[in-house]
Amino acid sequence: MSDHHSHHHSHGPDEPSHLSDMDIRVRALETLLTRKGYVDPAALDRIIETYETDIGPHNGARVVAKAWSDPDFNTWLLTDATAAIASLGYTGRQGEHMVAVANTPDTHNMVVCTLCSCYPWPVLGLPPVWYKSAAYRAKAVMDPRGVLADFGITLPEHTTFRVWDSTAEVRYLVLPMRPEGTDHLDEAQLAQRVTRNAMIGTGLALTAQEAP
Amino acid sequence: MNGVHDMGGMQGFGPVMPESHEPLFHADWESRAMAMTVAMGAAGQWNIDLARAARESLPPAVYLSSSYYEIWIRALEKLMLERQMVTVTELQTGHMHTQPLPVARVLNAQTVDAALAAGNPTLRESVRPALFAVGQRVRARNIHPQGHTRLPRYVRGHSGTVVQTHGSHVFADRHVSQPLPPFDSHAEWLYTVVFDGADLWGEAADPQVQVSVDAWESYLEAVL
Repeated sequence: MSDHHSHHHSHGPDEPSHLSDMDIRVRALETLLTRKGYVDPAALDRIIETYETDIGPHNGARVVAKAWSDPDFNTWLLTDATAAIASLGYTGRQGEHMVAVANTPDTHNMVVCTLCSCYPWPVLGLPPVWYKSAAYRAKAVMDPRGVLADFGITLPEHTTFRVWDSTAEVRYLVLPMRPEGTDHLDEAQLAQRVTRNAMIGTGLALTAQEAP
Repeated sequence: MNGVHDMGGMQGFGPVMPESHEPLFHADWESRAMAMTVAMGAAGQWNIDLARAARESLPPAVYLSSSYYEIWIRALEKLMLERQMVTVTELQTGHMHTQPLPVARVLNAQTVDAALAAGNPTLRESVRPALFAVGQRVRARNIHPQGHTRLPRYVRGHSGTVVQTHGSHVFADRHVSQPLPPFDSHAEWLYTVVFDGADLWGEAADPQVQVSVDAWESYLEAVL
Protein backbone atom coordinates (compact mmCIF):
# COMPACT_ATOMS: atom_id res chain seq x y z
CA MET A 1 0.00 0.00 0.00
CA SER A 2 1.61 3.21 -1.10
CA ASP A 3 1.29 6.25 1.08
CA HIS A 4 2.82 8.56 -1.48
CA HIS A 5 0.46 11.04 -2.98
CA SER A 6 2.04 13.23 -5.57
CA HIS A 7 -0.44 15.95 -4.72
CA HIS A 8 0.42 16.21 -1.08
CA HIS A 9 2.79 19.12 -1.34
CA SER A 10 0.35 21.31 -3.15
CA HIS A 11 -2.80 20.11 -1.45
CA GLY A 12 -3.75 21.15 2.07
CA PRO A 13 -5.83 18.98 4.39
CA ASP A 14 -8.61 21.50 4.71
CA GLU A 15 -9.15 21.96 1.01
CA PRO A 16 -11.58 19.82 -0.89
CA SER A 17 -9.96 16.69 -2.25
CA HIS A 18 -9.95 15.84 -5.93
CA LEU A 19 -7.24 13.23 -5.83
CA SER A 20 -7.61 10.65 -8.52
CA ASP A 21 -5.47 8.29 -6.47
CA MET A 22 -8.06 8.50 -3.70
CA ASP A 23 -10.70 7.67 -6.28
CA ILE A 24 -8.78 4.55 -7.25
CA ARG A 25 -8.01 3.60 -3.68
CA VAL A 26 -11.62 3.91 -2.53
CA ARG A 27 -12.96 2.07 -5.58
CA ALA A 28 -10.56 -0.81 -4.93
CA LEU A 29 -11.64 -0.85 -1.32
CA GLU A 30 -15.34 -0.97 -2.16
CA THR A 31 -14.76 -3.73 -4.69
CA LEU A 32 -12.83 -5.74 -2.15
CA LEU A 33 -15.29 -5.25 0.70
CA THR A 34 -18.16 -6.17 -1.60
CA ARG A 35 -16.42 -9.36 -2.77
CA LYS A 36 -15.71 -10.27 0.84
CA GLY A 37 -19.34 -9.74 1.72
CA TYR A 38 -18.55 -7.10 4.35
CA VAL A 39 -20.61 -4.41 2.63
CA ASP A 40 -23.59 -4.36 0.29
CA PRO A 41 -23.24 -1.56 -2.32
CA ALA A 42 -26.99 -0.99 -2.16
CA ALA A 43 -26.63 -0.21 1.54
CA LEU A 44 -23.90 2.31 0.71
CA ASP A 45 -26.20 3.92 -1.86
CA ARG A 46 -28.95 4.17 0.73
CA ILE A 47 -26.62 5.72 3.35
CA ILE A 48 -25.48 8.37 0.85
CA GLU A 49 -29.04 9.07 -0.29
CA THR A 50 -30.12 9.48 3.33
CA TYR A 51 -27.56 12.20 4.03
CA GLU A 52 -28.11 13.85 0.65
CA THR A 53 -31.87 14.13 1.01
CA ASP A 54 -33.46 13.10 4.32
CA ILE A 55 -30.99 14.14 6.99
CA GLY A 56 -29.56 17.66 6.85
CA PRO A 57 -29.78 21.15 8.35
CA HIS A 58 -33.42 21.43 7.28
CA ASN A 59 -34.18 19.08 10.20
CA GLY A 60 -32.48 21.36 12.70
CA ALA A 61 -34.15 24.40 11.15
CA ARG A 62 -37.52 22.80 11.82
CA VAL A 63 -36.54 22.22 15.46
CA VAL A 64 -35.46 25.84 15.88
CA ALA A 65 -38.55 27.25 14.15
CA LYS A 66 -40.78 25.21 16.42
CA ALA A 67 -38.87 26.39 19.49
CA TRP A 68 -39.33 30.00 18.37
CA SER A 69 -43.07 29.46 17.83
CA ASP A 70 -44.07 27.20 20.69
CA PRO A 71 -43.00 28.19 24.24
CA ASP A 72 -43.71 24.71 25.61
CA PHE A 73 -41.54 23.09 22.97
CA ASN A 74 -38.85 25.71 23.65
CA THR A 75 -38.80 24.74 27.33
CA TRP A 76 -38.79 21.04 26.48
CA LEU A 77 -35.93 21.52 24.00
CA LEU A 78 -33.80 23.34 26.57
CA THR A 79 -34.49 20.79 29.33
CA ASP A 80 -34.57 17.49 27.39
CA ALA A 81 -33.34 18.10 23.87
CA THR A 82 -33.04 14.40 23.00
CA ALA A 83 -36.76 13.80 23.64
CA ALA A 84 -37.95 17.10 22.16
CA ILE A 85 -35.99 16.53 18.95
CA ALA A 86 -37.08 12.88 18.78
CA SER A 87 -40.70 14.05 18.91
CA LEU A 88 -40.11 15.54 15.44
CA GLY A 89 -38.66 12.25 14.23
CA TYR A 90 -34.94 13.06 14.41
CA THR A 91 -32.99 10.40 16.28
CA GLY A 92 -30.02 8.13 16.07
CA ARG A 93 -26.48 8.05 14.85
CA GLN A 94 -24.38 10.93 16.21
CA GLY A 95 -27.39 12.48 17.91
CA GLU A 96 -28.15 9.87 20.55
CA HIS A 97 -27.70 12.37 23.42
CA MET A 98 -28.65 15.94 22.54
CA VAL A 99 -28.32 19.23 24.39
CA ALA A 100 -29.69 22.51 23.00
CA VAL A 101 -28.14 25.81 24.07
CA ALA A 102 -29.90 29.14 23.55
CA ASN A 103 -28.28 32.35 22.42
CA THR A 104 -29.33 35.51 24.26
CA PRO A 105 -28.48 39.19 23.79
CA ASP A 106 -25.61 38.62 26.25
CA THR A 107 -24.37 35.12 25.39
CA HIS A 108 -23.37 33.57 22.09
CA ASN A 109 -22.86 29.81 21.92
CA MET A 110 -20.45 28.03 19.57
CA VAL A 111 -19.99 24.27 19.13
CA VAL A 112 -16.74 22.55 18.18
CA CYS A 113 -15.04 19.16 18.39
CA THR A 114 -11.36 19.86 18.99
CA LEU A 115 -10.43 16.15 19.02
CA CYS A 116 -12.16 14.98 15.82
CA SER A 117 -15.37 15.93 14.05
CA CYS A 118 -18.27 15.20 16.42
CA TYR A 119 -21.41 16.86 15.08
CA PRO A 120 -25.17 16.36 15.57
CA TRP A 121 -25.93 14.38 12.41
CA PRO A 122 -29.72 13.83 12.85
CA VAL A 123 -30.39 17.59 12.96
CA LEU A 124 -27.51 19.01 10.86
CA GLY A 125 -26.44 16.16 8.58
CA LEU A 126 -22.77 15.74 7.71
CA PRO A 127 -20.34 18.43 8.89
CA PRO A 128 -18.85 20.92 6.42
CA VAL A 129 -15.12 20.82 5.64
CA TRP A 130 -14.38 23.93 7.72
CA TYR A 131 -15.93 22.34 10.84
CA LYS A 132 -13.43 19.46 10.55
CA SER A 133 -10.52 21.76 9.68
CA ALA A 134 -7.48 22.24 11.89
CA ALA A 135 -8.07 25.99 11.82
CA TYR A 136 -11.55 25.76 13.35
CA ARG A 137 -10.72 23.00 15.84
CA ALA A 138 -7.68 24.94 17.04
CA LYS A 139 -9.17 28.42 17.17
CA ALA A 140 -12.76 28.01 18.39
CA VAL A 141 -11.85 27.30 22.03
CA MET A 142 -9.27 30.08 22.25
CA ASP A 143 -10.63 32.84 20.05
CA PRO A 144 -14.33 32.33 19.23
CA ARG A 145 -14.71 36.05 18.57
CA GLY A 146 -12.01 35.74 15.93
CA VAL A 147 -13.73 32.69 14.44
CA LEU A 148 -16.94 34.66 14.11
CA ALA A 149 -14.96 37.44 12.40
CA ASP A 150 -13.69 34.82 9.91
CA PHE A 151 -17.38 34.31 9.08
CA GLY A 152 -17.86 38.06 8.69
CA ILE A 153 -19.80 38.55 11.92
CA THR A 154 -19.09 40.95 14.79
CA LEU A 155 -21.07 40.87 18.04
CA PRO A 156 -21.16 43.62 20.69
CA GLU A 157 -18.11 43.91 22.97
CA HIS A 158 -20.06 42.83 26.05
CA THR A 159 -21.10 39.50 24.50
CA THR A 160 -19.95 36.41 26.38
CA PHE A 161 -18.76 33.60 24.11
CA ARG A 162 -19.74 30.18 25.42
CA VAL A 163 -17.89 27.42 23.57
CA TRP A 164 -18.99 23.77 23.82
CA ASP A 165 -16.27 21.25 22.98
CA SER A 166 -18.02 17.95 22.11
CA THR A 167 -15.52 15.61 23.74
CA ALA A 168 -17.91 12.74 24.61
CA GLU A 169 -21.14 11.44 23.00
CA VAL A 170 -23.27 14.48 23.86
CA ARG A 171 -24.07 16.53 20.76
CA TYR A 172 -24.96 20.22 20.85
CA LEU A 173 -27.45 22.30 18.88
CA VAL A 174 -27.37 26.10 19.14
CA LEU A 175 -30.80 27.74 19.36
CA PRO A 176 -30.14 31.07 17.65
CA MET A 177 -32.02 34.25 18.56
CA ARG A 178 -35.19 34.82 16.59
CA PRO A 179 -34.67 37.70 14.14
CA GLU A 180 -36.56 40.98 14.59
CA GLY A 181 -39.78 41.49 12.69
CA THR A 182 -40.72 37.83 12.29
CA ASP A 183 -43.86 37.78 14.45
CA HIS A 184 -46.06 37.25 11.39
CA LEU A 185 -44.13 34.25 10.05
CA ASP A 186 -45.32 30.67 10.45
CA GLU A 187 -43.00 27.78 11.32
CA ALA A 188 -42.22 26.89 7.73
CA GLN A 189 -41.31 30.51 6.97
CA LEU A 190 -39.27 30.80 10.16
CA ALA A 191 -37.33 27.66 9.24
CA GLN A 192 -36.15 29.46 6.10
CA ARG A 193 -34.36 31.95 8.35
CA VAL A 194 -32.36 29.27 10.18
CA THR A 195 -28.99 28.53 8.64
CA ARG A 196 -26.76 25.58 9.42
CA ASN A 197 -24.05 27.92 10.71
CA ALA A 198 -26.53 29.61 13.06
CA MET A 199 -27.13 26.21 14.66
CA ILE A 200 -23.35 25.65 15.10
CA GLY A 201 -22.78 29.18 16.37
CA THR A 202 -20.68 30.48 13.48
CA GLY A 203 -23.64 32.41 12.10
CA LEU A 204 -26.88 34.13 13.04
CA ALA A 205 -30.43 33.59 11.89
CA LEU A 206 -31.22 35.52 8.73
CA THR A 207 -32.72 39.00 8.85
CA ALA A 208 -35.51 40.08 6.50
CA GLN A 209 -32.88 41.52 4.12
CA GLU A 210 -30.90 38.28 4.07
CA ALA A 211 -33.87 35.93 3.83
CA PRO A 212 -34.14 33.81 0.68
CA MET B 1 -2.32 10.21 23.52
CA ASN B 2 -0.89 13.68 23.11
CA GLY B 3 -1.43 13.56 19.36
CA VAL B 4 -1.77 16.16 16.64
CA HIS B 5 -5.50 15.45 16.58
CA ASP B 6 -5.79 17.25 19.94
CA MET B 7 -5.93 20.65 18.32
CA GLY B 8 -7.67 22.95 20.80
CA GLY B 9 -5.57 26.10 21.27
CA MET B 10 -2.95 25.28 18.65
CA GLN B 11 -1.83 28.25 16.60
CA GLY B 12 -0.61 28.78 13.09
CA PHE B 13 -3.40 27.12 11.09
CA GLY B 14 -4.65 30.50 9.86
CA PRO B 15 -8.23 31.72 9.61
CA VAL B 16 -11.24 29.43 9.30
CA MET B 17 -12.14 29.32 5.62
CA PRO B 18 -15.79 28.54 4.96
CA GLU B 19 -16.66 27.77 1.33
CA SER B 20 -19.61 29.48 -0.21
CA HIS B 21 -22.12 26.98 -1.65
CA GLU B 22 -20.14 24.07 -0.27
CA PRO B 23 -21.22 20.75 -1.79
CA LEU B 24 -22.02 17.86 0.54
CA PHE B 25 -19.22 15.86 -1.10
CA HIS B 26 -16.31 17.23 -3.12
CA ALA B 27 -15.79 14.03 -5.10
CA ASP B 28 -17.67 10.78 -5.57
CA TRP B 29 -15.07 8.87 -3.57
CA GLU B 30 -15.88 10.99 -0.50
CA SER B 31 -19.48 9.79 -0.46
CA ARG B 32 -18.37 6.16 -0.84
CA ALA B 33 -15.76 6.65 1.90
CA MET B 34 -18.38 8.06 4.27
CA ALA B 35 -20.83 5.24 3.53
CA MET B 36 -18.21 2.49 3.83
CA THR B 37 -17.06 3.89 7.16
CA VAL B 38 -20.63 3.91 8.46
CA ALA B 39 -21.40 0.44 7.06
CA MET B 40 -18.20 -1.13 8.38
CA GLY B 41 -18.81 0.48 11.78
CA ALA B 42 -22.20 -1.24 11.80
CA ALA B 43 -20.47 -4.55 11.02
CA GLY B 44 -19.46 -4.51 14.67
CA GLN B 45 -15.81 -5.60 14.56
CA TRP B 46 -14.80 -2.33 16.28
CA ASN B 47 -16.55 0.51 18.08
CA ILE B 48 -16.53 4.28 17.61
CA ASP B 49 -13.72 4.81 20.09
CA LEU B 50 -11.53 2.22 18.38
CA ALA B 51 -12.26 4.01 15.09
CA ARG B 52 -11.26 7.35 16.61
CA ALA B 53 -8.15 5.78 18.10
CA ALA B 54 -7.19 4.43 14.66
CA ARG B 55 -7.55 7.88 13.11
CA GLU B 56 -5.63 9.76 15.76
CA SER B 57 -2.76 7.25 15.80
CA LEU B 58 -2.01 7.77 12.11
CA PRO B 59 1.50 9.23 11.70
CA PRO B 60 1.26 12.94 12.63
CA ALA B 61 2.42 14.19 9.23
CA VAL B 62 -0.13 11.95 7.50
CA TYR B 63 -2.95 13.13 9.76
CA LEU B 64 -2.13 16.79 9.19
CA SER B 65 -1.77 16.49 5.42
CA SER B 66 -4.87 14.38 4.79
CA SER B 67 -8.40 15.58 4.13
CA TYR B 68 -10.93 14.31 6.66
CA TYR B 69 -12.39 11.57 4.48
CA GLU B 70 -8.84 10.51 3.62
CA ILE B 71 -8.21 10.12 7.34
CA TRP B 72 -11.35 7.98 7.54
CA ILE B 73 -10.23 5.72 4.68
CA ARG B 74 -6.69 5.31 6.05
CA ALA B 75 -8.13 4.42 9.46
CA LEU B 76 -10.69 2.04 7.93
CA GLU B 77 -7.93 0.18 6.09
CA LYS B 78 -5.86 0.07 9.26
CA LEU B 79 -8.75 -1.28 11.37
CA MET B 80 -9.37 -4.08 8.85
CA LEU B 81 -5.67 -4.93 8.43
CA GLU B 82 -5.23 -5.16 12.21
CA ARG B 83 -8.10 -7.66 12.34
CA GLN B 84 -6.86 -9.68 9.34
CA MET B 85 -10.12 -8.89 7.56
CA VAL B 86 -8.11 -7.81 4.53
CA THR B 87 -4.47 -7.98 3.40
CA VAL B 88 -2.22 -5.28 1.97
CA THR B 89 -2.22 -7.00 -1.41
CA GLU B 90 -6.00 -7.16 -1.42
CA LEU B 91 -6.23 -3.45 -0.66
CA GLN B 92 -3.85 -2.65 -3.51
CA THR B 93 -5.63 -4.78 -6.09
CA GLY B 94 -9.24 -4.98 -4.96
CA HIS B 95 -9.01 -8.76 -5.55
CA MET B 96 -9.90 -11.20 -2.81
CA HIS B 97 -7.09 -13.62 -1.92
CA THR B 98 -8.14 -14.67 1.59
CA GLN B 99 -11.46 -15.88 2.89
CA PRO B 100 -13.62 -13.25 4.62
CA LEU B 101 -13.95 -13.35 8.40
CA PRO B 102 -17.40 -13.48 9.95
CA VAL B 103 -18.81 -10.10 11.02
CA ALA B 104 -21.66 -9.35 13.41
CA ARG B 105 -23.87 -7.65 10.82
CA VAL B 106 -23.94 -6.62 7.16
CA LEU B 107 -26.25 -3.70 6.41
CA ASN B 108 -28.45 -3.94 3.35
CA ALA B 109 -30.65 -1.31 1.71
CA GLN B 110 -33.60 -2.37 3.86
CA THR B 111 -31.80 -2.22 7.22
CA VAL B 112 -29.90 1.06 6.78
CA ASP B 113 -32.68 3.39 7.91
CA ALA B 114 -33.37 1.55 11.15
CA ALA B 115 -29.65 1.27 11.95
CA LEU B 116 -29.09 5.00 11.46
CA ALA B 117 -32.23 5.90 13.42
CA ALA B 118 -31.17 3.71 16.34
CA GLY B 119 -27.57 4.87 16.56
CA ASN B 120 -25.38 3.69 19.40
CA PRO B 121 -26.53 5.26 22.68
CA THR B 122 -23.77 5.31 25.32
CA LEU B 123 -25.95 6.07 28.36
CA ARG B 124 -25.99 3.23 30.90
CA GLU B 125 -27.67 2.70 34.23
CA SER B 126 -25.60 4.24 37.01
CA VAL B 127 -24.28 1.74 39.52
CA ARG B 128 -22.93 4.29 41.99
CA PRO B 129 -23.76 7.88 42.96
CA ALA B 130 -22.05 10.73 41.18
CA LEU B 131 -18.92 12.03 42.91
CA PHE B 132 -19.50 15.61 41.76
CA ALA B 133 -22.53 17.89 41.73
CA VAL B 134 -23.64 20.82 39.60
CA GLY B 135 -21.95 23.97 40.86
CA GLN B 136 -18.97 22.12 42.29
CA ARG B 137 -15.41 23.20 41.47
CA VAL B 138 -13.31 20.44 39.91
CA ARG B 139 -9.90 20.19 38.33
CA ALA B 140 -9.11 18.36 35.09
CA ARG B 141 -6.39 15.94 36.09
CA ASN B 142 -2.93 16.41 34.67
CA ILE B 143 -2.83 13.05 32.91
CA HIS B 144 -1.11 12.01 29.71
CA PRO B 145 -2.39 8.54 28.79
CA GLN B 146 -0.45 6.69 26.09
CA GLY B 147 -3.69 5.35 24.66
CA HIS B 148 -7.01 6.84 23.58
CA THR B 149 -8.46 9.57 25.76
CA ARG B 150 -11.08 12.29 25.33
CA LEU B 151 -9.65 14.77 27.81
CA PRO B 152 -8.09 17.49 25.64
CA ARG B 153 -4.69 18.83 26.64
CA TYR B 154 -5.82 22.44 26.89
CA VAL B 155 -7.92 21.82 30.02
CA ARG B 156 -5.55 19.51 31.90
CA GLY B 157 -4.47 20.93 35.24
CA HIS B 158 -7.11 23.68 35.08
CA SER B 159 -10.06 24.16 37.39
CA GLY B 160 -13.62 24.64 36.25
CA THR B 161 -17.20 24.28 37.42
CA VAL B 162 -19.60 21.39 36.84
CA VAL B 163 -22.62 22.78 35.00
CA GLN B 164 -24.41 19.58 34.00
CA THR B 165 -24.40 15.87 34.76
CA HIS B 166 -25.33 13.46 31.97
CA GLY B 167 -25.66 10.16 33.81
CA SER B 168 -23.19 7.33 33.23
CA HIS B 169 -21.79 6.85 29.74
CA VAL B 170 -19.54 4.18 28.23
CA PHE B 171 -16.03 5.35 29.11
CA ALA B 172 -14.06 5.99 25.93
CA ASP B 173 -10.64 5.27 27.44
CA ARG B 174 -11.70 1.74 28.40
CA HIS B 175 -13.92 1.14 25.38
CA VAL B 176 -10.72 0.73 23.32
CA SER B 177 -9.13 -1.88 25.58
CA GLN B 178 -10.46 -4.89 23.62
CA PRO B 179 -9.86 -4.84 19.86
CA LEU B 180 -12.80 -7.15 19.12
CA PRO B 181 -16.23 -7.72 20.68
CA PRO B 182 -17.19 -8.11 23.45
CA PHE B 183 -15.89 -4.61 24.23
CA ASP B 184 -15.35 -3.19 27.70
CA SER B 185 -18.48 -1.05 28.02
CA HIS B 186 -17.79 0.09 31.56
CA ALA B 187 -19.68 3.35 32.15
CA GLU B 188 -18.70 6.35 34.25
CA TRP B 189 -20.49 9.52 35.25
CA LEU B 190 -20.14 12.22 32.59
CA TYR B 191 -20.13 15.94 33.39
CA THR B 192 -20.04 19.18 31.46
CA VAL B 193 -17.32 21.29 33.06
CA VAL B 194 -16.94 24.94 32.14
CA PHE B 195 -13.63 26.82 32.32
CA ASP B 196 -12.91 30.54 32.20
CA GLY B 197 -10.96 31.55 29.12
CA ALA B 198 -8.55 33.52 31.28
CA ASP B 199 -7.71 30.36 33.28
CA LEU B 200 -7.06 28.39 30.11
CA TRP B 201 -5.32 31.01 28.02
CA GLY B 202 -3.82 33.50 30.45
CA GLU B 203 -4.41 37.07 31.37
CA ALA B 204 -4.07 38.36 27.81
CA ALA B 205 -6.99 36.17 26.74
CA ASP B 206 -10.45 37.44 25.86
CA PRO B 207 -12.13 37.70 29.31
CA GLN B 208 -15.54 37.07 27.75
CA VAL B 209 -14.77 33.49 26.74
CA GLN B 210 -15.98 30.39 28.57
CA VAL B 211 -15.23 26.89 27.30
CA SER B 212 -16.71 23.59 28.39
CA VAL B 213 -15.70 20.00 27.79
CA ASP B 214 -17.64 16.83 28.55
CA ALA B 215 -15.49 14.93 31.02
CA TRP B 216 -15.82 11.46 32.51
CA GLU B 217 -15.48 11.25 36.27
CA SER B 218 -11.99 9.79 36.29
CA TYR B 219 -10.72 12.79 34.33
CA LEU B 220 -11.63 15.01 37.29
CA GLU B 221 -10.62 15.64 40.89
CA ALA B 222 -12.32 17.78 43.52
CA VAL B 223 -10.90 21.24 44.18
CA LEU B 224 -10.66 21.53 47.94
